[in-house]
Amino acid sequence: MTESACASPAFGVYCHIPFCTHRCDYCAFATWTDRSHLIDDYMASCRRQARELAAGMPPVTSVFFGGGTPNLVQPSLLGDVLAELPLAEGAEITVECNPDLVTREQMQAYGDLGVNRISLGVQSAVPHVLDALGRRHDPPMVAAAVDAVRQAGIGQLNLDLIYGSQAESLPDWKRTLVEAIDLGPDHVSAYGLTPEPGTPLGDDPSRHPDEDEMADKYLLADELLARAGYEIYEISNWARPGSQCRHNLLYWRQGAYVGIGCAAHSHRDGRRYWSVRTPERFIAAISAGTSPMAGSEELGPDERRTEALQLALRTSVGVPVGAVPGDVAHLLEPAAEGRLKLTARGRLLANEVAVRLSLP
Amino acid sequence: MTRQEGPPIRNFSIIAHIDHGKSTLSDRILELTGAVEERSMRAQYLDSMELERERGITIKAQNVRVSWRRHTLHLIDTPGHVDFGYEVSRSLAACEGVVLLVDAAQGIEAQTLANCYLALESDLTIVPVLNKIDLPAAEPDLYASEIERVLGIDSSEVLAISAKTGEGVEALLDAIIERIPPPGGDPHAPLQALIFDSHFDQYRGVVSSVRVMNGRLCAGDRLRFMHAGGLHLSEEVGLRLPAVTPTDALGPGEVGYLIAGIKDVAEARSGETVTSASEPADVPLAGYDDPKPMVFCGLYPVDGDEYPDLRDALAKLRLNDASVTFEPETSGALGFGFRCGFLGLLHMEIVRERLEREFGLSLIATAPSVAYRVRTDDDEELQVDNPSDLPPAGQIAEIAEPMLTVSVLTPSAYTGAVMDLCQSRRGSMTSMDYLSPERVELRYELPLAEVVTDFFDQLKSRTQGYASLDYDHAGYRAERLVRVDILLNSEPVDAFSAICHRDGAYPYGKAITAKLAELIPRQLFDVPIQAAIGGRIIARETVKAKRKDVLSKCYGGDITRKRKLLERQKEGKKRMKAIGRVEVPNEAFVSALRLDQ
Repeated sequence: MTESACASPAFGVYCHIPFCTHRCDYCAFATWTDRSHLIDDYMASCRRQARELAAGMPPVTSVFFGGGTPNLVQPSLLGDVLAELPLAEGAEITVECNPDLVTREQMQAYGDLGVNRISLGVQSAVPHVLDALGRRHDPPMVAAAVDAVRQAGIGQLNLDLIYGSQAESLPDWKRTLVEAIDLGPDHVSAYGLTPEPGTPLGDDPSRHPDEDEMADKYLLADELLARAGYEIYEISNWARPGSQCRHNLLYWRQGAYVGIGCAAHSHRDGRRYWSVRTPERFIAAISAGTSPMAGSEELGPDERRTEALQLALRTSVGVPVGAVPGDVAHLLEPAAEGRLKLTARGRLLANEVAVRLSLP
Repeated sequence: MTRQEGPPIRNFSIIAHIDHGKSTLSDRILELTGAVEERSMRAQYLDSMELERERGITIKAQNVRVSWRRHTLHLIDTPGHVDFGYEVSRSLAACEGVVLLVDAAQGIEAQTLANCYLALESDLTIVPVLNKIDLPAAEPDLYASEIERVLGIDSSEVLAISAKTGEGVEALLDAIIERIPPPGGDPHAPLQALIFDSHFDQYRGVVSSVRVMNGRLCAGDRLRFMHAGGLHLSEEVGLRLPAVTPTDALGPGEVGYLIAGIKDVAEARSGETVTSASEPADVPLAGYDDPKPMVFCGLYPVDGDEYPDLRDALAKLRLNDASVTFEPETSGALGFGFRCGFLGLLHMEIVRERLEREFGLSLIATAPSVAYRVRTDDDEELQVDNPSDLPPAGQIAEIAEPMLTVSVLTPSAYTGAVMDLCQSRRGSMTSMDYLSPERVELRYELPLAEVVTDFFDQLKSRTQGYASLDYDHAGYRAERLVRVDILLNSEPVDAFSAICHRDGAYPYGKAITAKLAELIPRQLFDVPIQAAIGGRIIARETVKAKRKDVLSKCYGGDITRKRKLLERQKEGKKRMKAIGRVEVPNEAFVSALRLDQ
């Protein structure tokens, strides 16, 4: 999927699927393991919300089913939502999948619905690391899942990786990277393990990642992925040329998108807003015909420009030279047209640079 | 020459160690003499300051007049801590006798003993009393013979009381009348009145406690304050019964209060002699001194915006406590603050606590320092109480530090522990005397600087709280002293400079660099933390450069959260102090300056 494949101005739809079979130790997302009885009602509510929103939408250039575990629900239920949306020609349609649950039939069904991008939650290729993350799948399942994606003719594949577990050595992480690259994905996302308060990982300081090890692992990922032909285009995202995730680019460009379902965020006309966190409250709001919105914010012009800079800093587009003060200049390098982008070491210190940026 | 009019007078103080029951005895005396009715009795009536009540000690002297068997008794309270030795001596100068109050389960303590010697030197009569005889652990016979051995007072003269139950207190009051001589003084001589305490009252100005020696102190008279040189109108004189009761005049031997429209206690210090402006006495009373601050530290507001508040608070506090000194000081690390001088460590703590509690300030205090005498190569003499002001080592011919003679009373089982402590603090023993087979008095010469760190706490912990301490200033002694500077990324941090003995420089440098290395957050570059004497580095730690500070995920739902996180991070930077390029949170200074932990 190339950026130019679609002529319409970018407009995205995110649909949140808040169900999982099992909760990982590090996960702080809005997702539940004990509410599968709500799935039908929930998906019907999503469909209804999609229908209501569709009237005011420009052509949709990207759709992202995230979670949670979107491939825990019947493909046809995702299809029902898709069917309500005014999709642009060549729209990017992504489904996040747990490799445990991937089947050939499922992928075939996705292909039939027009899904053209699969993001697999691989996390690690090393069993004891997966254990330590509280993940269930076996590494061989990943290869089978990748195979199923390919068989179904789905053109774009992303693998999500996580580094930084206390149980993971640098060679373990290298093995994960090498095996992921061997699977030949179009796109790799590599995330540093982040202890979030209220999660089993967050509440156990002895399991918190070591920052220096995280830095070493990040630099290793950057090196191996670049060598394998992946270009970094955002702090945690690498893609083969032309395989950048169009939906995610929207986020970093302050683009317009609407969220469907609970805990989904939207950004339109300079306003950010988000829906209620639980599926129950979402279902209740939709069935009562009231807004599921839980909160919103509208930024002032300077705040907006600052946010734009801070988001652009995360990407290979970078920021104008004039925004960067001298004391962090060594963390950036030239990008296109009078702009600077973070070096690999700079990306690791992106927050430090971001708080020092000034509006040019 | 004796006083003629009114009932006969007895003036006395109670000398006691903390917790030996002075306040309880005072309360009982007020009750027995009917000065305060039992039902309106607030426990420990005389300790009126909140802080005093909390710490169980008396900081400001008070006095009260009571009647007992057709006599007038003035009970003059004395400050109960070693930092206030001069104030004690002035209170004693207002008395003819003292009640030595000793816990019958603990025996006499070092400071009590020192005050007793002070009373003996002033020819005061001592009425020894063992208190708390109701306690099962009381050993009145043992401690009576100890008093006999130490003070040469026959053990048969030692009274036994329980201030708590009231047992023996009447007999004590009788003994006070019997044994303590009446005051002398000539009512027709020119006025000489001793001020032995002053405090500032926001409605009345300075209220002084006075003891008339000669002449009459009348309301409406014009008065001369002989040391400060001020002329003031006597607005009101009166008695504390203990309720404040104005009267026309105070005659020789009488104790009361004086209000003379004074706004600053420095104009009416303890030891001041008040005389008549029209018929002045030829000479002031003996014994006046201007107590010098002995311990210094920098006080800085945690929030730099509170600097004017701190200035106002110090000015107000000084109205009540002339022994505090302060002058503006600027620290590269801490910003604007004040260099403050105190009589001692407790005094410093009390002032700091009062500033925080009564004025709502949040303060950073630098490590306490003493005043060094420095002779430069040019033969110039300097007094240095801030390590940053010490000239470079190359220009110093000699540094001398203030010394103390320290007396420690301890159960003999802890003799070794006390000797170890004193030796580790560069002390040299001058004498060792057994008060009894179980108790020993050790006398040492010790540098004040070694005592102001945590000597007292160490002494208490090594003797399970049994040892007691008294000290006296004993001049200056030249020593091999050096300044240890702490460098952060090669920039000196003035707040951490310290003058110490050459032998103590390395441990100090190592401890403080290690502590700072823990407290200073990682920066974008390696930060060396060094301790140095002159140009020579004696200890080094490094805070390694921060390598990772990034939010890994930033998608739709993260954007608002990330923006807020960065806003908070930006705000956090504003609360940091920059030392060169290094950003140091205020809390790091506060923690690092707590040397005792």
